[in-house]
Parts: sequence; C-alpha cells; structure tokens
Amino acid sequence: MELTVGPNQFFWPAEGWSVFYDDLTRSPVDRVVVGELVCSKRLPFYQDRIPDAISKLVGAGKDVALTSLALVTLKRERRLTAELAEMGVMVEINDLTALAHLPEPCIFSVGPLVNVYNEGTLRWLAARGARRICLPPELPMVSVETLTKVATDLGVAIEVWGHGRLPLAISGRCYHARLHGRSKDNCQFACEDDPDGLDVLTTVGRPFMAMNGVQTLSDSYACSDHQIEILRSAGVSALRLSPQSTGFAALCAMYKQRIAGTLPRGALAQEVLTANPRLRLSDGFLSGSCGAEWSGTTNHSP
Amino acid sequence: MVMEIVCPAGTPAALRAAVKAGAHTIYCGFNDETNARNFPGLNFNRVEMREAVQFAHQHGSSVLVAINTFPRAGDEAIWHRAVADAEACGVDAVILADLGLLDHTARTHPGLRRHLSVQAAAANADVINFYADTFGVKRVVLPRVLSVPEIAAINAETEVETEVFVFGGLCVMAEGRCSLSSYATGLSPNMNGVCSPASHVEYIEDRGALDARLGGYLIHRVDKGEPAPYPTLCKGCFTAGEKTGHLFEDPVSLNAERLIPQLQKAGVTALKIEGRQRSKSYVAQVVRNFRAAVDALEAGRPLPEGMLARLSEGQAMTTGAYKKTWR
Repeated sequence: MELTVGPNQFFWPAEGWSVFYDDLTRSPVDRVVVGELVCSKRLPFYQDRIPDAISKLVGAGKDVALTSLALVTLKRERRLTAELAEMGVMVEINDLTALAHLPEPCIFSVGPLVNVYNEGTLRWLAARGARRICLPPELPMVSVETLTKVATDLGVAIEVWGHGRLPLAISGRCYHARLHGRSKDNCQFACEDDPDGLDVLTTVGRPFMAMNGVQTLSDSYACSDHQIEILRSAGVSALRLSPQSTGFAALCAMYKQRIAGTLPRGALAQEVLTANPRLRLSDGFLSGSCGAEWSGTTNHSP
Repeated sequence: MVMEIVCPAGTPAALRAAVKAGAHTIYCGFNDETNARNFPGLNFNRVEMREAVQFAHQHGSSVLVAINTFPRAGDEAIWHRAVADAEACGVDAVILADLGLLDHTARTHPGLRRHLSVQAAAANADVINFYADTFGVKRVVLPRVLSVPEIAAINAETEVETEVFVFGGLCVMAEGRCSLSSYATGLSPNMNGVCSPASHVEYIEDRGALDARLGGYLIHRVDKGEPAPYPTLCKGCFTAGEKTGHLFEDPVSLNAERLIPQLQKAGVTALKIEGRQRSKSYVAQVVRNFRAAVDALEAGRPLPEGMLARLSEGQAMTTGAYKKTWR
C-alpha cells in the first residue's frame, strides 16, 4: 500500500506553500497531487511556484499529478482547466470539465470529487484512460471492496481517503466571504485566516463542519487507522492524506510506519489525539452508520 | 416559442392535476432509490407510470422520468431496469446523472431521449457539450449556482437545451456533490435519494424553546409557539468565529418568477418547478401561475403580479444565485 498526498484544500501564504512542498520531497510519501482544487482566485498568489514544486518532487522520486478545480464556471476557470494538460504531468480530474479538455487518448487520474459510485462509471472512466481513482469519501466499505475488485481487473489503482478533513460540499457561494458580509468577487481572501478551515459549530457549541471559502468540510479529521487491514485485503493501492498546516510530516511518517506494520492498529490515532486532544476523528463513512462516527473510543467528547 | 413549464409529480393524482393545470411537461420517478426524491409514500410503480404517461400524452403533455441517483456498486441492475421500464412505459425522456448509467442508456436504449440531471452539476458549456458529444444528451438541468448572465453565456456556446429551476426548494451547494447529509445521518442524495431525511429529525422541547435536530446535531432553535422550519442541514443556524446565524443559507425557498423574461432572453428552454413531495393542489396552483406567466410573456402582456408569495409556506423567498448577489 502506498501514500498519496492530495491537493491542498486551503489557502496558504505562498512562502508557506513552497516550504510545505519542499518538506514533502523528504517525506516517505509516494505521490503528490499539487494545484488548486477549491478556488481559482487563490491561484495567482502561488501559481508561478507550481512548476518548481513539481520538478523538485519529481526529482525526489515522487509521482506528481496536477489537480483540476472542483467547480468550473467562469471563462477564466475554463481556460485554466484547458491548460492543465500542457503542464507535462498527469492531470487529476476533480470536475468532468477537465476531462472534456484532455486530448484522446490520454492517461489521467480521477480525484475524490468525481462521482465514481459504481462499476459502470469506473469501467467507462478506465476505457477513457483513467489509471488511478481516488474514490469519493462517502462510499461505504462494501462499495470500496466491489469497486476495487473491478478496478484491479482493469489495471486501475484505487485510492481511498486516508486522513484529513472530509470535503463534503462545494458551492458557487463563498461562505468565508458571506461570513464577513462580502460578495465572492470582493472576498478580500478571508479564507487565508483559516489555514485548516474555520470551525462551524451548532449553536450549543458542538463542532460539526468547517468552512473553507466555497468548500464545506467535516469538523472531524477522517482517519483510516482502524481500516487499513480491511482496505489492504480489499486491494486498495493507496491512502490519500490531505494536507494540513501543522504536523503533516509527522503524520506522513506515522502512516508509513502503520502500513509497514511497525506501528500497531490504533497507535496512529492515539498519537494524533495525544498531539492534539481537541481533535475529533472519524471513519464512519467506511465503517459506521454515518460519516461523523468514529470506531475508536478515545475521541475527545465535545 | 413559449417557454416549457416542467412540473413535479410525486403521485399519479399530482400528475393528473398538473396536466389539467397546463403543465407542458411532468417529471416523476419510480418508487425506489433510483430517484432523488425517494420519500415514503411518494413516486410511481410501473403500472402507475404506464397509465400516467398515457394520461399525459392524451392531454398533450410530456413525461420525464428522473433516474438521477448514483447506482450503488453491485446493484446497478436496479438502475438499468428503471431505464428499461421507463422506455417501455413510453416516457419522453429520462433524467440521468451518473456517467455509467448515461453510458449504459446511450448504448442499450439509443432511442430513449436523455436529459442531464442537475445532480451531474454541469456548470459550464465545455462540460455540457462533452455530455452531448459523448452520451447524446439533449437537455441539461443547470445547477442552482449560476447567475442569469452565466446562463446566457452557456446558451451562447451550446446547442443543448437548458432547463433551470424557478420555484421551490433551493440547494446552495452544487447538487450531486454534497455529502453533508450522509455525514450527519448516513443517508445522502447521491446514494439514497434523500437529504436531511425525516427519519433522522427530532423536535425536542427544552425550557421554552423548540429544538430541531438532525442526526443529533442542533440545526434550529426557536421559541415555543414560533414556526419551526424543517431542519435542512445547509439552512441551519450555526456559529463560526464571532458570528452566529444562517452561515450557508437562510431558510428560504427559490422564486425566480420575476426573472422569467430575463431567463427567456438568456436562451433558456424550460422552467423547472421543484417539489415532487408537494401536494397536488400546491402543484396545480404553481403550474397555473407559471403557465399564465409564460403565456403572458409569449403574447407580449405584462406578467401577473406577485402570484406565488402565499405558496412559500411562510418562508422567505430568494432569487438564489440568478441575480449575481453571490458573486
């Protein structure tokens, strides 16, 4: 089993962005997806750094892919999407608009925001050139098992959301801007203040979600620690770790130990919770009755 | 050409009421998880569907069948059967969202007209043309995240007909790409055809207040005696930073009746009314009003005034993303 670092979902200062990807050249991950997933307005701040980050990561032996935006509406966004194929690395489609712009035949990967719920969709994407699919986080284990079996026969690698706040929704409206009484065009980049998303609580103070510009995430950090053996026996090729602003190098190292068998089941989650006792973990989409559930007993009770 | 009114029907009685009220087109679904309004007691069995299509056709109306959830791995046959049965019932088109199901339908039912569901969230001309070229899609239901100028720009770049929501419930998230509901309850629009399902709603009285919870999460709290809105997740009251309020969307419903002339200028073919869960009298009244509006527009008369306000059930109305206030 391998480790893939998904695209950064948040808006970080350009210098910090570069440091993050420099650090990844030294981390034990196998694959890194770079680029902007959530909001095209963020791109001008770090776009010119992407080629350099790609070449450093490739130089360090990492597979690199470039993500599309998750929701493409504006002309500028359509142009950006069309240009992805010219960057010389594999494109990860997270909106089918990107597929519309890829030349045929073309090898590509599919991100978790494309709806791959069944064998028919998987087969169609494979025939079109998909070689790697990160399944939507919403899928239960039984679907993961069924799809991985079909994918393996087709030579398609399956990834599963391994760690990080879950991408639950994307909108045409920017919630950070709305929170500050601004429109999206005049957002003044309010999302930059929240490098891991802004907690959204119920009015009685129970953590529930997190806002990140036009994106809505889970409050909890999905954690696959308790699922790794089942995922491995299902034939899942890789876990996807989603970038976070602190402790990410240590997290990657722990997942590496966990899949290598040098860290026992449960120890990773325990470490994460010890380092940050206020964090909530979840793995309910894979194994529970709802996404927010956690199979462990050590969760901080909000 | 007069704009087409596309009206929901959750029951055969609602379909007949909508046809009699002047709906050009009715959309409905089978009574299972293949459609995105999979509520108890709602939708059509196969016999009802066949009779409904006959009734509609006799009265000059068309019937579309929504098969717009994402087939579950291992159970695609349920969705394939729904498409085959829809064709056998003589429906005028199926409304689909899933790539695999579009591919299956295009290959095995080439004569069955295909519309792209709002659940596919096709939000620009490139991807709409891609669906048309690849799967022969003839019409797209546009996501409710676009403004009127954006819709006009799409229509300028595609031959695919566009259908837009003008009345009823309002999703603020891109449809078909939201798993907030399954995060809180385990049931989602994509997989189960439900959002914020009633099975997970609790109303709890607490010291003079009435709490509406979904999956245990407090969505609204109102004083006792005040009207309590249904706890739809994205329209709940939450806290972030210093602010408490309706952070995602107010508890509003969509009413774009005043924008009908602009939508026509933007090249929109069909106006869609949300609400397969609504009563037949509601459906009939909404249809009558929208039909009067498009007929007036076609004849060059002014639109009838403020016709639908009282149907919003006490909820505030919004024009959603259409008026560019989001941007």
